[in-house]
Formats: sequence, structure tokens, C-alpha cells
Amino acid sequence: MTTELLNVEQLRTHFFTEKGTVTAVDDVSFTIHEGEIVGLVGESGCGKSVTSQSIMRLYDEYMVEYEGKIEFNGDNLLNYPIKKMQKIRGDAISMIFQDPLSSLNPVFTIGKQIAEPLMLHHKKSKKEAYERAVELLALTGIPSPEKRVHEYPHQLSGGMRQRAMIAVTLACEPKLLIADEPTTALDVTIQAQILNLMRDLNKKLQMGIIFITHDLGVVAELCDRVMVMYLGQIVEEADVKTLFEKPLHPYTRGLIKSIPQMTGERKLELSVIKGNVPSLTNKPKGCRFSTRCEFADEKCLEEMPPLKTHSDTKKVRCWHYEEIIAREEGGHVHASST
Amino acid sequence: MQAQHEETALIQVRNMKKYYQAKKGLNKLKSGNTYVKAVDGVSFDLRKGETYALVGESGCGKSTTGRTLLRLHDATEGEAIYNGKDLFKLSNKEMNKVRKDMQMVFQDPYSSLNPRKRIGNILEEPLNIHNIGNKSERTDIVMEVMSKVGLQVDHYYRFPHEFSGGQRQRIGLARALVVDPKVIICDEPVSALDVSIQSQVINLLQSLQRDLGLTYLFISHDISVVRHISDRIGVMYLGNLVEEGYTDDVIENPKHPYTKALLSSVPLPDPNIQRERVILQGDIPSPLNPPSGCVFHTRCPFAMDVCKTTVPQSLNLAGNHTVRCHLHDEGITTEEKKVVNA
Repeated sequence: MTTELLNVEQLRTHFFTEKGTVTAVDDVSFTIHEGEIVGLVGESGCGKSVTSQSIMRLYDEYMVEYEGKIEFNGDNLLNYPIKKMQKIRGDAISMIFQDPLSSLNPVFTIGKQIAEPLMLHHKKSKKEAYERAVELLALTGIPSPEKRVHEYPHQLSGGMRQRAMIAVTLACEPKLLIADEPTTALDVTIQAQILNLMRDLNKKLQMGIIFITHDLGVVAELCDRVMVMYLGQIVEEADVKTLFEKPLHPYTRGLIKSIPQMTGERKLELSVIKGNVPSLTNKPKGCRFSTRCEFADEKCLEEMPPLKTHSDTKKVRCWHYEEIIAREEGGHVHASST
Repeated sequence: MQAQHEETALIQVRNMKKYYQAKKGLNKLKSGNTYVKAVDGVSFDLRKGETYALVGESGCGKSTTGRTLLRLHDATEGEAIYNGKDLFKLSNKEMNKVRKDMQMVFQDPYSSLNPRKRIGNILEEPLNIHNIGNKSERTDIVMEVMSKVGLQVDHYYRFPHEFSGGQRQRIGLARALVVDPKVIICDEPVSALDVSIQSQVINLLQSLQRDLGLTYLFISHDISVVRHISDRIGVMYLGNLVEEGYTDDVIENPKHPYTKALLSSVPLPDPNIQRERVILQGDIPSPLNPPSGCVFHTRCPFAMDVCKTTVPQSLNLAGNHTVRCHLHDEGITTEEKKVVNA
């Protein structure tokens, strides 16, 4: 956890749409260190995937405009010409997508798809690349890899496909791995296998991982640090233990409270965050969460709170979080004493 | 936990089987037909006023069980007794009448609503089909149900695309409720929703159950949701019901190795809990050619010789807890219980 790997500063991603410019990522800043697993959580439409795809610059450049800085190895990726960017993708930074069936090419064998980045980036011969492909498949725990290497994606099961996908992304030993909901489409028993694998690989290869998910359970299991996003902004950042023990932002607190628990007494009713996530074209003026926050006052409706540093490891974007926590905890003491 | 319910079975499902004929093609050359055994002999009771959850991974047959019960697919074998009649033997006309009592809520709120119809028409259609009330009475019923599920009056004239996922699921629920059913089969009703919306819909389902005395067959792969909402759980694997019991018993004291593995795979939202995890090897076998003996023996960490050959029978343990596993069969000696997969 020492060397800085990626440094994102005030990233803004604007899309040009028929309905005008939509800012899907708005003022996002964070740092990823070597060997660290950072979770990026939020509900659909919060901008977590857009953030990751902006780092890779995967959007068509005529329909999108980036602002800010994405520093990788000291260079700003946003200034790279496309050719240079292509050299980074799949080599130093690579990405796992949610649905392995649609992200693997159905007309090429698994082996070819793993060998391709090796031949392209590392100028390996075909023979060397295929040998490495077999090794990588073995590393991701696929049985009889020398046979599987010649198979097509449709011949593998969902879990195996995701392993093959991971093998593709690991081919060039990336320094940074972006995993965009890699286990969402999988069953829980298979998810447990994949999470185990990612933890092992992270230890073995010391790469930084950005893990995007909406599942707080997965975050708690896997990540070292977490960033919570809401409507294009990071609303809270903390190490994983303190985030679950002492969440600061009303949104995070609501989210953690609203998930059904596997342990402890069963509740009669789940607590709820009222309302829906507003659309990006119709964002609240002040604090993004103000329309759903039960503590919102006039200041929240008018002025956007900055991402404030609460302690060394914690940041939060809320005007009143200290009062709210004091009030809620005070309330609990009061309620239990009566 | 939830509303008090009598211990009387509303629907008794016995030995339900649903086989699909596999695509012909080359199989024609082989003798006989091959079948996908989606549901292979499932028996359970749905008690009045309870929430019975069917859990399992994709392809285990939980959705097929729900759909077959409503006869959206015809059962291959078995019976489902409701009001003294076997649902699988009713004529289509008689079944249509029964469907007034049994409604369904689907997983995907985007594809289960007709995009070209207004909400009012979508909700009135079941009333038209079942010939309930005249035009103005129907509108009244629809308005009443809409307010019950938390929709506003002006939503009546809107189209599905104008709603968010959570609201569409409320519409789906309203459509099930307009005919005043007794049983609702909920097929993954909250899986497509975001966390903060999911809790809203779960609370709604529970308050409706309390107010209207509904019985739910709740189909889900999300065990933490099931733990919250259900009274009893049935765990399915490859078309078989491998374990059944009261929710707290099954969650806290699982008996079947598969249930144990499934429960330990659920990621807990608490970084301080360190659990011993049972990680299953491999994938679910194809239902086209399920393993002999116990269907789970290919992945079971405790598989014995007997598991490969003999299908385990359903064993009754204390507290209405049943399990299909040779490990709990006292007729098998410890000598024979030697683990072979390890």
C-alpha cells in the first residue's frame, strides 16, 4: 500500500445526447495504490461504470468530453492520443466486464483471445503466447487447461467463462485491474469461487483492483477501501471496516440499514430510503441526495456540499453528518432507556 | 415471525415433475427421447397465510415449479391439490377460474408489462377476463388497488415506460391483486431492483400480506431476502427439493451439505465476520443428464459410495425439518459413511 498507481482528479464525464449534455460523472477524485482492492459501490445510474470506462477511455470520443486528470504512472491518460491509449489497454490496465458471454468473442477460441494481447503488447510468438494461455487458464483454476484452450466460449459454463475472461485480462500482468460487476451475473456458489480467485491473484500478483459492484456484501468480503457513489459523485470514502461500523453519510447509513441481514434477529420491517434516484438530466440543485434525505434543510437544497476530509482515511460529502450522527445515536440511547 | 397462519395446507404439491423434451436433431438417431428434467419429483405444502420460499441457483427448477403450479407449463407428472381438486387435471376452462385465486408477479418489470397499454388498461384486463363488475366498478377496484400499492391516481393514464423499475414492480403487483387472489407466486420479484428500492418493495409485499391475508410462494436466489420475508424455506438443487424447514431452522442449522455451502457462499455485509466457508468445486451438472443416485454427489464434499448409486429419500428430522441426504440416514452404518470425494 505504498506506491500510488492511479490518481484521478476532479474527473467529469459529459455525454452529448439529444436532450443536451449529461454529466454522468461529476467531480470524482480518488487514488489507487499498488496491491490494493478498492470497491466502488452505488445503485444503477450512479456513475460507477462510467467512471471506470472513463479511465480506460472506452467511449467514442465524439460523443463524450472528459474534464480533469487521470494520472497513471505520472502521465495524464486524458492527454494520450488514441494509439498510445491502445497500448495501455489490456496491458498495464485491463478490465473485466459483467457478462462474460457478451464480452468474449464467440467466433474465436479461448486460447486465441488470451494469446492476442500477449502477441500484440509483448510481441510474443504464437507458440509462446499459447503456452502462456494454458498457464493462465491453469492459474484461474480451469481444469484440463490444455484442452480448454482450444474451446469456444459457448462450450464453457458461466463460471468458467468468467475465469477465462479473467485469464484474458491477466495475460499481460496488468498493474491495474478494473472489475465491473464481475460476479453479478453468477450464482452465489460460483461467485464465492471467483471472489476467492481474485483475492488470491491480488496477493500473488500485487496489482491494484478497482472492484465495481452494487452488492455491499461482496464489498465487505473483498475490499480494503470503499467509495460510495450517488448520482455521479463520491459521497463517502473510507476503509472497509469503518464504513460498515460507522458510516457517515445519510445515504450510506440508509443503504446499510436497508439490506436484509443474514445474522441476528429478523426485523419485522426493513428500513427504507424513500423515493427514487433522480435522473441525471434532472439533478437536484444542492446536495444530490437532498431529495431523499430525511435530514435535508434549506442549505442542502441550495448548496452542494464538498467532499470533506473527516479523518485520514475517511471523506464524506454532507453538510450535517456530524449533527445527524449525534442526533441518531442520542435518539437510540433515549429510546432504549424508555 | 410474520402473520399467524394456520397449519392447514392450501395447496398440496405431490411428486411434481416437469420434463422438457430435448431438441431432436441428432438425438433422433438414438433410440428414445432425451428429456431435460427441470423439476424432478418435488413435493411441498403451501400453508394458508404463509410465505414459502423456494431458493436455489439458476437452473435448479425453482421458477419452473412456480410456473407449472399455475399451469403456465403443463406438468409431466404429479398432482397439486387445491380445494380438493387436482390442478393438473382441470380443463383449461376450470383452470382459468382457479387463476382468479392464484396470481403471479414476474421478475422483470420491464418485459412483463405491455408497453403499448396504459396502466389503467393493464390493471383492468384481469377484471375483464374474469368478468368482474361493470365498467365503473372496475375503475373503482383498480383505483383502490393502485392506492394500496402506493401508486397515485394520475398514474392511471400513463404508459409503463414512464415509470422506474420499483414503480413498475408495484404495477405488476397491483395487476396480481385486482382479482383479489389468495395465493401470489412471486418469481424473483425484487432481483431486478436496486438495493434502496428493493427494501421498499419487500416492505410492501409484507404489509399487503398482513392486510389481505395473502399466501406467497416466494421464488428467489437471494438468501438474505428470503430469510427476511419467508416463514418456511425449500432448497432446490437440480430439480430436487433437498431440504425444507422453518426459515430460522434452515438458516441457523442447515442439514444438507448443499444448503451449508449455499449459505456460507452468501457474502455478508460485515467485514468483521470471518467465516469458515464451504466452497463447492465445479458447476451444476446438466439437467439433461443428471448424476445417478444423489444429484449433488458430484460436488458434495461428503459424498459416499452409497450416494452414487442410491437416491436419498426425504428424511424427517425434528421440528418439521426434512432433508434428502444419506448423511442423516441412520440406516446407513458409519462404516459405509466413509467419505470418498475428499
